Amino acid sequence: MTGHADVIRVVLPAHLRTLARVQGEVELQVPGRVTQCAVLDALEARYPMLRGTIRDQRTGKRRAFIRFFACEEDLSHEQPDVPLPEAVAAGAEPYLIVGAMAGG
Amino acid sequence: MSGVRVLVGTRKGAFVLRSDGKRDQWDVSGPHFPGWEIYHLKGSPADQDRLYASQSNGWFGQLIQRSDDGGASWEAVGNDFSYQGEAGTHQWYDGTPHPWEFARVWHLEPSLDDPDTVYAGVEDAGLFRSADGGKHWEELPGLRGHESGPSWQPGAGGMCLHTIILDPSSPGRIFTAISAAGAFRSDDGGQTWRPVNQGLRSEGIPDPAAEVGHCVHRLAMHPSRPSVLYMQKHWDVMRSDDAGESWHEVSGDLPTDFGFPIDVHAHEPETVYVVPITSDSHHFPPEGKLRVYRSRTGGDEWEPLTKGLPQEHCYVNVLRDAMAVDSLDSCGVYFGTTGGQVYASPDAGDSWVPIVRDLPAVLSVEVQTLP
Repeated sequence: MTGHADVIRVVLPAHLRTLARVQGEVELQVPGRVTQCAVLDALEARYPMLRGTIRDQRTGKRRAFIRFFACEEDLSHEQPDVPLPEAVAAGAEPYLIVGAMAGG
Repeated sequence: MSGVRVLVGTRKGAFVLRSDGKRDQWDVSGPHFPGWEIYHLKGSPADQDRLYASQSNGWFGQLIQRSDDGGASWEAVGNDFSYQGEAGTHQWYDGTPHPWEFARVWHLEPSLDDPDTVYAGVEDAGLFRSADGGKHWEELPGLRGHESGPSWQPGAGGMCLHTIILDPSSPGRIFTAISAAGAFRSDDGGQTWRPVNQGLRSEGIPDPAAEVGHCVHRLAMHPSRPSVLYMQKHWDVMRSDDAGESWHEVSGDLPTDFGFPIDVHAHEPETVYVVPITSDSHHFPPEGKLRVYRSRTGGDEWEPLTKGLPQEHCYVNVLRDAMAVDSLDSCGVYFGTTGGQVYASPDAGDSWVPIVRDLPAVLSVEVQTLP
């Protein structure tokens, strides 16, 4: 897969929807291969206020209490440059950014 | 008519409380940023409508919010707090070296004369500055890079730089305080620093009179007399008459000299306020009585201020950044509690009324005096 024109659907946790001032799913155009890194790059380019809230701004490392789910799979520990499932790349399934369950 | 705007940071959001100069009727707005910890928010002395807020939580990290309309609306600005150069290590609780790791912004101190310049005190202890309204932050690495840095240890609340005081008479002079390293002073705008802890004694460290290692909880200065500083240390209330070169204890007749905040009357440089707390293991007022203590003699002689404050079954704490004064003719004094009350005294502490009773735990209180 070298290029992609489909719309990627991203679901943000409530706090980040508020921060980005969006409601419901976010729809993104992701140039090139649809990887976690590419989706997050596109997300942060569209919504700069999200920089640093999902992954470290310098290292790109996922924040400890953030999880990435898609197609009922936990992708949190996948390499960021591995292509996402075709259903996500085709816009059939959303890419979920989730705040890990924890008290407080 | 003149008025005040009280800026309240809590465990679950920010609140803005407004009143006219009588300070008996209050408009309460908030929560702003509901669900987030707001360690501190503060207005620019040069532009009353420019506010900065430190917003954070464990999931999504640190954000800085800026308002240009007195808190009616907010914009997320820059949040990249990267230490300059090699981060290095400080001492961990067990005495082993621990890498410096950014956790959060504890305190924001806007410049006295430029609304776009603001300083941030962070955990792990470091000082940052933005000159573009919070969009970009650069560390002033001379403080963290002080030769004593590798020996600094966190206090129970983390290794935080929680106090920043800009000297209005000497533009390059800045005071900071770090738990648990102590007080530091720069005379060159934050480029170089030296500890200013002579006279402090802390029984919880191997050398009670060490140059660094003291758990300073708060510093306060009256702007008309910037060489006089007051300090609430972990234990002991201290005073310096020479800009921190030396300190002497002024705890005097306080029921306990443990506590967190300390502040100075807006018009009386010798009138000082503290909130005695039972001990470092009992973070609540002695005897269940919430009492602010006021000294009109620059320390040593203290009087309890109780009118309007609960005098039984009160077990809240008042945190280090949760007291402030306004500069109206009759100086107003304000403080917030971990029980969610914000108390106001429009008569310099003689009497108190709760503005709000049931906020989340209050982390910080600041006041703007409006024309």
